[in-house]
Formats: sequence, C-alpha cells, structure tokens
Amino acid sequence: MSAAETIVARRPDRVLGFRVSPLTRRRFANFRANRRGFWSLWIFLALFVVSLFAEFIANDRPIVVSYAGHLYFPIFANYPETTFGGEFPTEADYRDPYVKKRIEAKGWIVWPLIPFHYDTINYALKTPAPSPPDSVDWLGTDDQGRDVLARLIYGFRISTLFGLTLTILSSIIGIAAGAIQGYYGGLVDLSFQRFIELWSNIPTLFLLIILSSFVQPNFWWLLGIMLALSWMQLVDLVRAEFLRARNFDYVRAARALGVRNPVIIVRHVLPNAMVSTLTFMPFILNGSITTLTSLDFLGFGLPPGSPSLGELLLQGKNNITAPWLGLTGFFVLALMLSLLTFIGEAVRDAFDPRKVR
Amino acid sequence: MSSLLSVRNLHVTFAVPGGAVEAVKGVSFDLDKGGTLALVGESGSGKSVTALSVLQLLPYPMARHAAGSSIVFDGTELVGAPEARLRDIRGNRIAMVFQEPMTSLNPLHTIEKQIAETLYLHKHMAPGAARARVLELLRLVGLSEAEKRLDAYPHQLSGGQRQRVMIAMALANEPDILIADEPTTALDVTIQAQILKLLKDLQARFGMALLLITHDLGIVRKLADTVLVMTKGEVVEAGPVRDVFARPQHAYTRHLLAAEPKGAPPPADPAAPVLVAADGLKVWFPIRSGVLRRVTDHIKAVDGVGFALRQGETLGVVGESGSGKTTLGLALLRLIASEGAIRFDGKRLDDLSEGRMRPLRRALQIVFQDPFSSLSPRLSVAQIIEEGLKVHRIGRNAQERRAIIDQALVEVGLDPDSAERYPHEFSGGQRQRVAIARATVLKPRFIVLDEPTSALDMSVQAQVVELLRELQRRHGLSYLFISHDLRVVRALAHQVMVMKDGKIVEAGPAQELFQRPRHPYTRALMAAAFDLEVVEGAATAQ
Repeated sequence: MSAAETIVARRPDRVLGFRVSPLTRRRFANFRANRRGFWSLWIFLALFVVSLFAEFIANDRPIVVSYAGHLYFPIFANYPETTFGGEFPTEADYRDPYVKKRIEAKGWIVWPLIPFHYDTINYALKTPAPSPPDSVDWLGTDDQGRDVLARLIYGFRISTLFGLTLTILSSIIGIAAGAIQGYYGGLVDLSFQRFIELWSNIPTLFLLIILSSFVQPNFWWLLGIMLALSWMQLVDLVRAEFLRARNFDYVRAARALGVRNPVIIVRHVLPNAMVSTLTFMPFILNGSITTLTSLDFLGFGLPPGSPSLGELLLQGKNNITAPWLGLTGFFVLALMLSLLTFIGEAVRDAFDPRKVR
Repeated sequence: MSSLLSVRNLHVTFAVPGGAVEAVKGVSFDLDKGGTLALVGESGSGKSVTALSVLQLLPYPMARHAAGSSIVFDGTELVGAPEARLRDIRGNRIAMVFQEPMTSLNPLHTIEKQIAETLYLHKHMAPGAARARVLELLRLVGLSEAEKRLDAYPHQLSGGQRQRVMIAMALANEPDILIADEPTTALDVTIQAQILKLLKDLQARFGMALLLITHDLGIVRKLADTVLVMTKGEVVEAGPVRDVFARPQHAYTRHLLAAEPKGAPPPADPAAPVLVAADGLKVWFPIRSGVLRRVTDHIKAVDGVGFALRQGETLGVVGESGSGKTTLGLALLRLIASEGAIRFDGKRLDDLSEGRMRPLRRALQIVFQDPFSSLSPRLSVAQIIEEGLKVHRIGRNAQERRAIIDQALVEVGLDPDSAERYPHEFSGGQRQRVAIARATVLKPRFIVLDEPTSALDMSVQAQVVELLRELQRRHGLSYLFISHDLRVVRALAHQVMVMKDGKIVEAGPAQELFQRPRHPYTRALMAAAFDLEVVEGAATAQ
C-alpha cells in the first residue's frame, strides 16, 4: 500500500459517552447553522418545559401555606377548611376571603404567579365577563369569567402533549408498517397497500361526530381515533426507502452473512429511512396540533371545560366584542406553528446531503 | 506552423468550503490536425478537468484558471473568451463524447431530435435536410437499421448503440477536434473494441484530432500517437506512445505500466475434493402478460448451468453484461430463488430452509463489485466486520471479537487502528479490502467474488488481485471469480467458464482455454479484451 493510503490512528468521537459518527456531527453542525431553526427549537423547548409545570405557575391553590407554625403544601395535598380554623370539614377554598383572612392572621401564603386554575371562575370581576385585560387577569377573562392566561398555559400543554404523543405513536406504527411492506414486498406489500387505500378513505370528522353521540370523547379517546387514522402518513415514505434499500449490496452482504431479517431491517435499512422520516416529523406534529385545535373549535374535541386553544378561538368567534380572546388564541397558535415549521426547516437542512454551508 | 490546439501552463483551482483545491497544476500540450493525444492517469489525476477546461465547461466561478493559463485553439484564446465565441466552438469545431452513454442522452427526446439539434444550432439547416444528414451520420457510426432508429428513444438502445449515437452527435458538424472522455469504460469488451475501431476509422476519414482520456493503457497503446501521463494534476511524463511504453522515465509511469494484472494463480491440487458443485442450475424470471397476468414466458437469467469446483481452486466466470454471471453467484449462495441442485461439501443446499442455511453461511461468503455500495455507510469498519462474528457466535466477548477483527484487518493489509472509522473515510481500494475482511473474518471455505476489481483503479486492481491470491494460498480457499475483465481472470483462475445469455458457451482449464479458445464467441471476447480487435462475423451484440 502506498504511503498516501496509510491510515492515521484516531479515537472514536464521543459526546456524553455516546458514539457520534462524523455524519451525525456534520448534521448537527448543519442544524445549528440554520440560526432561526436552532433558536426556534430552544424557544419551543423552553415554552414546553414551562408549560409542563403549569400547576406551579397558574393555580388556585397556594404553593406553601404557613399556619400556626406548621407548613402546608396545598398544591400537593388536600386540607379541610378546619385545618385553618374554618367551619366546614370540606376542602379549603383558598380564594375565599374568609379563609384567606384566617390564614394570614396566624401565618402567610405563597401564591403561584397566576392565582387561577384553568377552571377557576373569578367571581370578583369588576366588569361582566368576558372582562378585558387588567392587573388581575393579565389577558382578560373568557365569557365564563375564567382567566385567559391560565387557560392558555394549560391549553398549550395539552396541545403539545397531544401532538407529540400522536406524532410519536403514529410514526412508530407507520414506520413499522412501511418497513415490513417495503422489505418483504410481494403479496405482503400488495395486501397492505390495498388495506391502506380503503382505510384512508374513512372520514375522520364524521367518525368523531358519530362517536361523540354515544361516548364523551376525552384525551385518550381522541388520541386513539386520530392514531387509527393518521398512522398512514409515513408509510409510503418509509416503504419507498425500504424498496430501494433492500437491493443494496450491503443488505445482500448482510444476508450472505446469515443476519436475520428483523436485524437487517433495524440495523441496515432503517437508518436510511429515518432521514426522510425525521425531516417529516415536525410537520406531522404541526398537523396533529392543528387537527386537535380544529376539532375543539368545532366542538367535537376535548370534553367541555377543558382548556384548549380551539375552544379559545371558538369563544373569540362568539364574542367579537372581546377581541383579546380571539387575538390571544391566534397569536399563540401562530407562534407555536411557526416555531415548529422553522424547526422542521432546520431539520431538513441538517439531513440534506447536498447542503454546502 | 502552430498546432491546432495548444495548451500552455494550464492551472485549475476549485474553491471548496474552507480553502481551495488545485486540480490541475501547469499542464501543457499540443495537438495537431489528425493527431491523437491520450491523457492517462488514475481517478482524481485531473485528466477530465483538463479536457473540460478546453471547452470551458467547468463550473465557473467555483473553478478558476490561474493567471498565465492559456488554451489557444486555431489562433483563438479560449480562457476567458466571451460566451458567444465559446458557443460557436463547442459542438461545432470541438465536440465531446462523454463516459456514460446512459446519462448523456436526454431520455425524453428521440435520437433524431437530439442529433438534429446541433445541426439547427450551428448549421441552421432545414428540417428535411437535417433528417437526411442525421440518417447519414447514423449510418456512418455503423448503427444498424438506422432508418428505424430515428424515432427511437434512448432507453430502446443498448449501451453500445447509445455511445454510437453520442459519437454521431459529436461528428454532426465535422469538428476539428473530438474529445473522448473514457468513451468505452462503461461498455463491454467486445463493444469497446467496436467503438475504438469506429473512432479510429472516423479519424482517418475526416482528419480530426482526437483527445482521448482514459485510464486503460491498452487503449492508449492501440489508438494514440502521443501520451501524457498525469498524476495529482501534474504531467509527469509526455512523449510518443512507443517511447513512453518502452522506456518509461518517471517512477509513476513505471508503476502504472507494472500495475496491469499479471502472474498466474497459485498451483492447485488436482486431486482435491470437490467443494462446490451445481447441476442444471436455473434462475428464470417470469414474464406475465394479459389481463389475468398469466406467465407467458421467462427471462432465463441462468439456464441450466453446471460445474464442479475443487477445494483451493478458482473458477473464473466470464461474460458480457446481462450474461447471468452475477445471478449465478447470488443463486449459489441462495440469495435468490433458483432451481437445480447446488452441492456444498457433499451436502445439498438448494432444499435447505433459511434457518437451516444460516449456519452454513459462515463457510460461503461473497464480495461485491462496488465497494461504495456494499458497506453500510452508518456503521464503522469494526461494526461491519463484527456483524458476521455476532451472527455465528464467534468470540466469547467484545474483546475477543475485537482481537479477531484486528487480525482480519491486518491480513487484508489495513491498519487495525482504522477500525473505528467509517467507510466514507477510505479510498476505493481500502473499502474493497474491508469488504474482503468482512468475508474472510468468518474463515469461509468458498467466496463468490463478483467483479471485485472492476470499480478500482488499475494499480489498486493489481494489489487486490495479489491479496486474493495470497489469501487463497494461505487458507486453501475456493473462489468463484466473476468478471468481464479477461486479464484479471487470467491472473487468478484455474478453470474458466464463458457465459452468454445464461448458458455456458465454453468451459475448461484456464490455460487451455486462453491459448486455444474453441467457440467463436470466446475467440471474439479474447480478441476484444487482449488486442482490442473486432472479430468480423462473431456472434457479439452491438
């Protein structure tokens, strides 16, 4: 071998103990190079993490109560009113001026930043609901006197969680189905494809309308139905990648080595298919969130009273005189969907083999 | 008298992220009317870039010519010439034939339309006259049934026919210079010989100058008057072909000339037991037609092939593309469905289930043609080689396996420290070594080598052939060596089998077959491969 071909010894590249291939490193660099997408990811993650702790930010129960030398944590446990020297053995209502006064006489209360839960009705409104933004309700209240900001935080959380769960589950099912079809081909592929053609013709909306007439759809019901109808988005993509890759020489070589089919699928072919899949994912997440929002807007979504962005938009439509409702819903949705689209663009850049920085 | 094309001190620099790559460093040459100049070198030596700069077809402004670079054609300076002037020359006075006939024709237009385009452009011909001229050109390049082919689309033609169309297109305006960039690399040997003959005839007829770019020294010897040997962007040797080949001055030229595969296979024991045998092996792909999709006919990729291969022997399988060589290799390893008996070490393989076959796979391995596609790009070299060890439970733990991997890498001439690197960090020859290590680490007894050298540069080919011989000697391996390159087969095989359209045309001991080929097809194949000659009336495809 010539001197030019001599190989220099080198340690594998590791980040946090994980092996990082040069390809991954290049992709990460490409992702970071798209500044807008990179910052969108951080902003979105920050908003998501904050909304996960919604109970500590917007709640009608104090975080800590000190009463007569003892510390109480109403956010975690229920205490009867009698604990604080009240009269009823029922759960204490900390927003009640009577209870408040009794506690403050012998101790102190630490409230969350926004002292309303999403279903707390503010009875102390100065104007009839929906009331415009003021120093108590920063974004005003809705037509039932509930704090819009509190509902927004909880609504953001439920939308994101729903979208993420739906995206991850439908991706797993879709990738598995596409992989099996593409890798085995033939009759398996043919029958699966016909089934998908039939199945994809089921109209989601009518199914939900019919369903909502005999069950009260909750988070999991909605997730199940949407999942049953949305897993097909990735199938064609993954199937095409597998059809292409199953004839690659390195797949043949693995078969010649005696590697089992499931191992070949996961180890040799799947990484190829993951590129297009990952590129697609932020957009699927976007779609899931939009679907839930529109169902809520139409009134076939989450049960009444649940905090949701769709319901906020519906209230905005019903109360044209209270523009803070519609505007809030619009801006939050626009922000969320834009952030996800920007992230998606950056992911696409990261996986683009032709991208030259 | 000044020459037709004069290149002086040509420099080409490509801008890349974080710097610049100098692809061509100070190349000078002259080309006279009627002369043939060959640019020779391995991939990456800058020969194609040099040719493209003559037509100023490089991706400017990413590519740059340094000050002092000059290309003078018939008294006109081409470097930095205005686009209109260049258009006048391109395809009109200097024409080009590219390497890959599959992609250099537009699939959406008929060949008549594509050839006529340059006639409209440069000669402003009327459609009727253009049609007559196209027909004349197609007859000139020897395309059979030229009238019928006028309305053909590129996919309806074979590789050789497409290359003829490309040449017809280049000749349309009777250029002064024809640049041929590896015009036959993608073609079978017999067709290669036909195309080379055609180029030579046409040159004699029109008195064109030919600038030939190739890595094949045989073609240079056959066709060129003058040769320029390039490596790493520099001309290391130039002169008349006869002088350079007889008395190479530069070390690199000597290295290139010495790189042609030669030598003989290690002696084999004629009394060794038969390891692999096939009898009446068939691989038929059904053709379905009609409304009911009934099987009406079959494509007989492999049709009744039988052979017996002894331990420690190499069976060379020779044939043109489409002759069923690769299919035969895959069928032997039970990687595609086949009919007929396959015996390995006395056991029948053809009726084993996938699960029963698995333990035997350790002894039966394969190395593919293209080392770029046969290694998974996402696994490190160690992981690629380790896979087979894990499947067959060789080595008790990671350390033991690692030791086995290191040993396998050393055996194929790679540094064990490179095991953590990924395939894209290796050159073609190194990758092929990795692919060989993946097979040999299992200590197989039989390896199918499917054109393992044809994607590699000449000097690397010789190294890989040497490595294969060495491994055979050391471990007593049996090879099924599939190749269209008869020179490599001669250097490796004990037995040779010539295939055409899925059938065996001729088979026998290598020495006998190479010295006294009996079948006319074998004779045509050999004349084309060793002497680049066309045997008239031979049963070869066009």
